[in-house]
Amino acid sequence: MPHETILAELREIMLDVFDIDELDLTDATTAEDVEEWDSLSHVRLVVAVERKFGFKFKNSEIESLKTVGDLVRLIESKTA
Amino acid sequence: MLSDLAWLPKAPADFRERVRALRAEVAAPADGLYERALTLATTALDENQLGQLSKVVAELAASPKAPPQFSKVKLGLLGDGTLSLLSPVIAGSGVRHGLLLEAIQGDYGSAVQQAMDPGSSLHAAGLDMLLVATDARSLGLNRSAESLETADRRVAAAFAQIKLIVEGLKPAVAAAVMVQTIVPPIEPLFGSFDRVEKTSGYAMVAELNDRLRDWAAEGAVVLVDIARLAGTIGLERWDAPGHWHASKLPFAPEMAPVYGDVIARTVASLRGRARKCLVLDLDNTLWGGVIGDDGVAGIALGQGSAAGEAFLEIQQTALELRRRGVVLAVCSKNEEAAALLPFREHPEMVLKEDHIAVFQANWTDKAANLKAIAETLNIGVDALVFLDDNPAERAQVRRELPVVAVPELPEEPSLYPRLLMAAGYFEAVAFTQDDRDRAAMYQANAARAAAVQASGDLDSYLASLDMVCTIRPVDAVTRPRVAQLINKSNQFNLTTRRYTEAQVEAAEADPRRHASQIRLVDKFGDNGIICVLIADRAGDAWEIDTWLMSCRVLGRRVQEAALAHLAGAARADGAKKLVGRYIPSPKNAMVREHYAKLGFTQTSETVEGETTWELDLAAYEAPSLPMVIDDLGAQPLAAAS
Repeated sequence: MPHETILAELREIMLDVFDIDELDLTDATTAEDVEEWDSLSHVRLVVAVERKFGFKFKNSEIESLKTVGDLVRLIESKTA
Repeated sequence: MLSDLAWLPKAPADFRERVRALRAEVAAPADGLYERALTLATTALDENQLGQLSKVVAELAASPKAPPQFSKVKLGLLGDGTLSLLSPVIAGSGVRHGLLLEAIQGDYGSAVQQAMDPGSSLHAAGLDMLLVATDARSLGLNRSAESLETADRRVAAAFAQIKLIVEGLKPAVAAAVMVQTIVPPIEPLFGSFDRVEKTSGYAMVAELNDRLRDWAAEGAVVLVDIARLAGTIGLERWDAPGHWHASKLPFAPEMAPVYGDVIARTVASLRGRARKCLVLDLDNTLWGGVIGDDGVAGIALGQGSAAGEAFLEIQQTALELRRRGVVLAVCSKNEEAAALLPFREHPEMVLKEDHIAVFQANWTDKAANLKAIAETLNIGVDALVFLDDNPAERAQVRRELPVVAVPELPEEPSLYPRLLMAAGYFEAVAFTQDDRDRAAMYQANAARAAAVQASGDLDSYLASLDMVCTIRPVDAVTRPRVAQLINKSNQFNLTTRRYTEAQVEAAEADPRRHASQIRLVDKFGDNGIICVLIADRAGDAWEIDTWLMSCRVLGRRVQEAALAHLAGAARADGAKKLVGRYIPSPKNAMVREHYAKLGFTQTSETVEGETTWELDLAAYEAPSLPMVIDDLGAQPLAAAS
């Protein structure tokens, strides 16, 4: 799945998980940039991504993520 | 299947927009907000969608304009894991069960302290209910104990900890405390021997669950059997150690929706909102095939074929429900004669005509028939569950009557009982003799309603009921029921004066007081004690202190029999008049004109609407009533006049 497609899917998921209407999402976006993105909604985000793409993350993979770009690349590698 | 809430239809694609629309409406709700919220909530929502819905709940709970059909409940949530993911899910699930549920969670990791500290925010929150959500890890029961002694000590400590939380907070909880059973650890230590070896985590959890069960059996707490829920779904899917390590989540987050629904349905049951009646379709729901086309010999039912056995199981499930007090009804598009044939002639039918309180087989649409069923049984449409194999019929009923519960069903009939029962429509927190008798009682009511329709006019209907009205002084045997009526009757209650059993006993013994109770039996059954009268001698008058009646005998002219009794007893005592009093309460408007209707004259009225009334006994003549009156407490009125 192309990088841009995953990013667009991710944006849809985040709108739902964070319950917001607007989100400017790029590879450089981090949790700091989105007010509703806290440790708790992060858990729901992980679950929603797993459900959408059909795989499970390891805790170590989640802990290593710094930016949205990292997450997209992780999804790329897991769905390849 | 069950963890995905498979008994509910799929959530609409535009769910988020619809929630937005509901939120926009909160300030000025339009008609049908309740139904729209219910329709939206009665779909298989995930944890994010339930969280979105919980925002509507919070705003409605704070609004004075919330639809009155909702029950408001403040639920405290206390445990040692991370509960903040669960409280919005529970609140969102509550909408599905007609609840505006505010879930107020305790702080992470300090359940005991908050329960014991009378100054804590949970004590001050005005909680209606409390849920204690603990698990094997936070109770230290997930690992084996070093010795038998340690094992005993750990189980005792875990039980004591839960008890401490419950007893600490109980004084601050208005209604009920719920406690979860503990999900056993998955990983075996010895293997099968874990069940035998008392030091294993598995055995310790089993021991704790036994103690929780005994505690619930005493009535102190309501059990929410999460251990069974987890087992039903599969412990392997339920338990997620990674999420425990990362965020102290007590179970896999994708299990939150089914967990939230189980909590919400238990709260709804405690609020008296469980369903009362199961309405069954016939063709391809109670048997395979179409009775009108296939005939009694052609339908699939009974031993010998997989389909026939599956339909047998559905009937057995329905019969079991009836035995625990759920009323059964039939709603089918059929000729009535054809629809009745299997009940009368098929040897394998488990359900008989006698089990069905209302039988609607016709060509009218199902929504209209469901309304008629609810009316005949004198219950709300929101007390119905409708089981139908046909997706088009289900959709029509959901659209026309959103408050009726309509489970989604898979193609395979052998799974119907599982879906029906997993939905928890008939969730109960206790089981009493009244419950056992309930289905028969509703059936008798339905038969009475049918009789009034058949006889056409009220007087001949009443005469056809063969009523016997027995009037006796209150005594030791009837006292508990009389006291119960005095304390819970709200609607047909002229003064709403509450008395304890001891006060009732004192009234019986007091020569200046008169205390009677009236029982009504008719050809459909015994209605029990349905009226309580207390009157006081005051000079040349009798003042009626208490007059209350059960609403189930309204329209049966029993109040006229009660008046005849009071008038007779007062006359025999030398009184010249009866004095009645009406004290308005938020619930007794239906009896404001009670004394006027009985021929009393109003003598006073206060600004609060309290009225007094008089009846001149010299002019009073007892009417002839369509019942046999068995009254030992009064002189025969004919002789007195």
